[in-house]
Amino acid sequence: MIPLAWYIALSAVLFTIGALGVLVRRNPLVIFMSIELMLNSANLAFIAFSHAFGALSGQVFVFFVMAVAAAEVAVGLALIVAIFRTKHTINVDEMNSLKG
Amino acid sequence: MSLELLLFLILALIAIASALGMLLSRHAVYAALFLVLNFATVAVFYLLLNAPFIAMAQITVYAGAIMVLFLFVIMLLGTEVLPPSPVLPWQRPLAFLLALGLLAESVYLLFFRQRLTLSLPATIDPFSGPKAIGQALFTGYLLPFEITSILLLVAMVGAILLTRKER
Repeated sequence: MIPLAWYIALSAVLFTIGALGVLVRRNPLVIFMSIELMLNSANLAFIAFSHAFGALSGQVFVFFVMAVAAAEVAVGLALIVAIFRTKHTINVDEMNSLKG
Repeated sequence: MSLELLLFLILALIAIASALGMLLSRHAVYAALFLVLNFATVAVFYLLLNAPFIAMAQITVYAGAIMVLFLFVIMLLGTEVLPPSPVLPWQRPLAFLLALGLLAESVYLLFFRQRLTLSLPATIDPFSGPKAIGQALFTGYLLPFEITSILLLVAMVGAILLTRKER
């Protein structure tokens, strides 16, 4: 018997670590990984509530979140590759112009 | 202390430690591998929470496809370790302060305002197997499912278009 609150607390901690990663890291690939971590912690909360209330909708929603995350990673990594081709660096401090 | 509780505590420690490892490692490949470990532990949490289909999807989609894509791009660009750039001196302390604030807010809202006192049943029922998920997806959630397929198609076209060589 595990209290629901523990899962939610774990989810909150993982989300905070992900948000911290977005704030402090300079490598856009690691920033993307932190975003994945945040999505994943939200999924954990969804599944915990789905189990607690005996509703299947939470799991279906997690399925959709996974699909959106996959699409986001594909496009995001393609953007990073395109930026690397034009600027020859991917440091986020160097990305300060709208026109490449 | 029951076995399930012990398992939860150990897995939670591994999940938080691997997330911190991803946050703190200098080398991007190490960060990616720490994230794979984190995804695997979260998949075990899904199994504990009676969601076997989502657990397997987590392993194949996240730990498999997405992280392989990450590792491929890291090694393709050769940007495992970025050269140090001039950082704003107040940026890191401010980020830690903001993250602490976020954590405090979420804990306050979840535990003191909502009063989460529900306890999770430990029973395994056949309720959330792949069959039930498939039935829910193709009856009640058919339209979102189809829209998801269009979204994936658009993402694929966008990725190909963005990385195409300029003529």
